[in-house]
Amino acid sequence: MLDFALKVSVVLFAIAVVLNLYRVAVGPSLPDRILALDTMYVNSIALIVLFGIWLGHRTYFEAALLIAMLGFVSTVAVCKYLLRGDIIE
Amino acid sequence: MIALYTLMEGIIAFFLIAGSIFALIGSLGLARMKDFYMRLHGPSKISTLGVGCILLASIAYFSLLESGPSLQELLITIFLFITAPVSAHLLSKSALHQKLERDPRTRGNPEELQEDDDEHTLEESPQGSSKLP
Repeated sequence: MLDFALKVSVVLFAIAVVLNLYRVAVGPSLPDRILALDTMYVNSIALIVLFGIWLGHRTYFEAALLIAMLGFVSTVAVCKYLLRGDIIE
Repeated sequence: MIALYTLMEGIIAFFLIAGSIFALIGSLGLARMKDFYMRLHGPSKISTLGVGCILLASIAYFSLLESGPSLQELLITIFLFITAPVSAHLLSKSALHQKLERDPRTRGNPEELQEDDDEHTLEESPQGSSKLP
């Protein structure tokens, strides 16, 4: 049962990442693309955690934590750039 | 003991399926909604909930595997739940700053969007005052 659920959720997350890629490619404005990239890093954290469950050990936990922190910082930096025209004033 | 394992397996499978369906719905909303202000709703709320479910399943799985509580994934969960509203707020502020187009059926008239066309607000102001008496 767990194997089947794991496979189904990996497939659903892959579809979600493909939809985010569609929004990155098409998105008419810049905030759309930033939002799609933001969603994509959140989904990739879930994919890494699923991969860790699949393999049964937690080497990949630190990678997920790093992606979470760096993704948030990069989103804030790009938003700040759009708002002010400068990142560090 | 075997009953406990079966029960925990069912709980983990439920959290995995529920979380992935939530995340898929959030990304579907991102791909299909009409303007940016609608698109912001899906990822900022639903995808966060989906990833939270997946991390809960991971906590349950590793607690079962190592026969002890393993709360390291809770760090990622707390971090995501703190940072998702912050980044959504910053994104909506930058979208208002760029004066992105919105769907004409959207109600409300935020200040940031009404600066650019003064004629429009002048046309609308008599209607607003006529409603007063």
